[in-house]
Amino acid sequence: MELTYTPEEQEFRTEARAFIAENLPPALAAKVKGGKRLSKADYELWHARLQTRNWLAWHWPVEYGGPGWTPVQKHIFDEEMIAAGAPRIIPFGVNMLGPVLIRFGTPEQKAHWLPRILSGEDWWCQGYSEPGSGSDLASLRTRAVRHGGHYIVNGQKTWTTLGHHANMMFCLVRTDPDAKPQEGISFLLIDMTSPGIEVRPIVTLDGEHEVNEVFLTDVRVPVENLVGEENKGWTCAKYLLGFERTGIAGVAFSKAAFSHLKRVARETRKDGRPLADDPLFAARMARLEIDLMAMDIFNLRMIAAAAQGHAPGPEASLLKIKGTEVRQEASDLIRRALGPYAMPFLPEALDEGWNGEPVGPGYANPAASQYFNLRKSSIYGGSNEIQKNIYAKLALGL
Amino acid sequence: MDFTLSEERRMLADTAARFLADRYDIATRHRAAAAPEGFDRKLWAEMADLGLIGALVPPEAGGFGGAGEDVALVFEHLGRALVVEPFLASGILGLWPLVRAGESDLVEAVIAGRTLVALAHGEPESRYAVHEVATRANEGDGWRLTGRKSVVINGDSADLLVVSARVSGDLDAPEGLALFLVDPAAPGVTRRGYGTVEGGRAAEITLDSAPARPLGEPGQAFALIEEAIGRGTLALAAEAVGLMEVCKDTTLDYLKTRKQFGKPLGAFQALQHRMVEMVLEIEQARSAVMLAAGTHQADRLTRERNVAAAKHLTGRVGRRVAEEAIQLHGGIAMTWEYPMSHYAKRLVMLDHLLGDTDHHLDRFIRLGREGGAA
Repeated sequence: MELTYTPEEQEFRTEARAFIAENLPPALAAKVKGGKRLSKADYELWHARLQTRNWLAWHWPVEYGGPGWTPVQKHIFDEEMIAAGAPRIIPFGVNMLGPVLIRFGTPEQKAHWLPRILSGEDWWCQGYSEPGSGSDLASLRTRAVRHGGHYIVNGQKTWTTLGHHANMMFCLVRTDPDAKPQEGISFLLIDMTSPGIEVRPIVTLDGEHEVNEVFLTDVRVPVENLVGEENKGWTCAKYLLGFERTGIAGVAFSKAAFSHLKRVARETRKDGRPLADDPLFAARMARLEIDLMAMDIFNLRMIAAAAQGHAPGPEASLLKIKGTEVRQEASDLIRRALGPYAMPFLPEALDEGWNGEPVGPGYANPAASQYFNLRKSSIYGGSNEIQKNIYAKLALGL
Repeated sequence: MDFTLSEERRMLADTAARFLADRYDIATRHRAAAAPEGFDRKLWAEMADLGLIGALVPPEAGGFGGAGEDVALVFEHLGRALVVEPFLASGILGLWPLVRAGESDLVEAVIAGRTLVALAHGEPESRYAVHEVATRANEGDGWRLTGRKSVVINGDSADLLVVSARVSGDLDAPEGLALFLVDPAAPGVTRRGYGTVEGGRAAEITLDSAPARPLGEPGQAFALIEEAIGRGTLALAAEAVGLMEVCKDTTLDYLKTRKQFGKPLGAFQALQHRMVEMVLEIEQARSAVMLAAGTHQADRLTRERNVAAAKHLTGRVGRRVAEEAIQLHGGIAMTWEYPMSHYAKRLVMLDHLLGDTDHHLDRFIRLGREGGAA
């Protein structure tokens, strides 16, 4: 057993850190760390910087423009990026659609779409969930009927993250309503500027607009935008969902949140002393830190197994559950630590360039809103209850 | 980054697993536990011959292992078989001070299973504190110890006692501590042996001017006591993982076979989810033990803090696994006859050995402050 990184891996970490320091604008890092709203341009800038070294599409084979990293290298880069306050990589094009096209796309589809993902020419969104199909995704009802060289699509998608930035959507549609739920679904690439598409914002309980509803009315989609075979879209969907699940625990995010928590607890006073010295609060923090330490090792065990060629199995479901629990707990403790100053909320203070007078410590403003925002993490990506169903069936044989 | 076992450790694991599978079924375990000494001397000698004690000792001291990973590996297997033989007392707590003091003849005898040694450290008032020692050591015509030692694991049958005592300083000062060798048959030593709730043995030991021989320099023993207890704590955390695995496997089997309302219990989602949660928490506990084992040769703060984290988490998860395993089974797990019940008991009672979840959470926090973490 060896818990340390090899010299080569440590060297890679140094290289990654230097690259990020050189390429991540300090103002952007400050926005990320301060919990401010990020613009489309912020994400595009960071994607473009990464792509200068072919470091954007981590999960793509080298011949398609990937960096050829090992699972450990991906983990290291992820840690460095998050610790430095880089924006997250928007996954829809690069981490979700890319691998599906590489696996199931025609040569023409690959040649056309993959370079546009890397260059940032297309911003993709994900058309999976529907109002009636959440955890039960295979019950989706958005209908596509073939008419000559086109599919005519009618239906409604929801929870479309950053769909208001997107010019393209990969979409699950029902092409055979008479087949079993999983067997009548197809995977289509839809131009968001097509007539008949309407994107409406959904404001979430933190007051923010990140997700959308997408209405599709008689939208014409060329048949060459079908990925894989007609009615075999569930295979693509599953491949996409199962892809690269080692990052699913979000350990790096939790580590960053925990160091923020430590700072808040040091700077907040209780009974004239730092809150970090309060026995009850210190115990809450220590319990979380121990969970996080254990999860870090659990995650590294999966990464090490992946590095030895073992495909991530159902344990990914366990990591998703624990990862989201730990991250939610960290956000809960940050909110608690702030005491009364978790209450004031100035939405305008989340905007870039706002330089008004904060109420309380500068970092207090987004804390409660982030806590509410993070409730989503145990719901999306297969809710934690769905993950338990998956693990019970696949790993425990129940 | 590599979480696989080395070739040597794989062989050690195979040896332990095969012997315990062939020779140590639950009936054998219950017989050993019911014997006057609370274990079987003959089995103990066989385990020693197999090298299971030597695996806990570094090569330079006459063993062939001794790293954190070795300790964790052996104790996880002991946990899986619910072994009652005195590995904690004579393989770790009593033995480690002898190893560090260079008592090579004694170490050899202990590794060979000929001599049984126990650490008499805890006292009626000290709870789990490492540094709180009221027993006094006075030097006159040789060293003599006076005081009381409580819940000394396997202290009733030990051939030799390693006893902590204070040569100077306040009751709770880390300075002024010493370790001594005491012959339990010597005048001034009284032992009251008894059984423990989960099937082991321990003793209350009274020392009244008992003759003693110092191990190392009297007054400087805190680091050594902490090290021995830290090592024992790692061992117990690893044992807990072994116990949890058996609780989990047994419960899963039961969910698949026991039928109610016309279907297996495992078909009910309420139980499926609880089973998954159990597995998830065990993986977390195992990860914490791996971290503690893999950093056991590191600096003191890293080592002790990771051990505290592992003992805290195995304590927290252990109780949950034990209670859930019993609950998911239902009535059958309430019986003495059902083997898993005894695993659950041991799992819960491990929290009373060398510090419980609260003690180690507190220790984790204090060690963090010592190291400059908030």
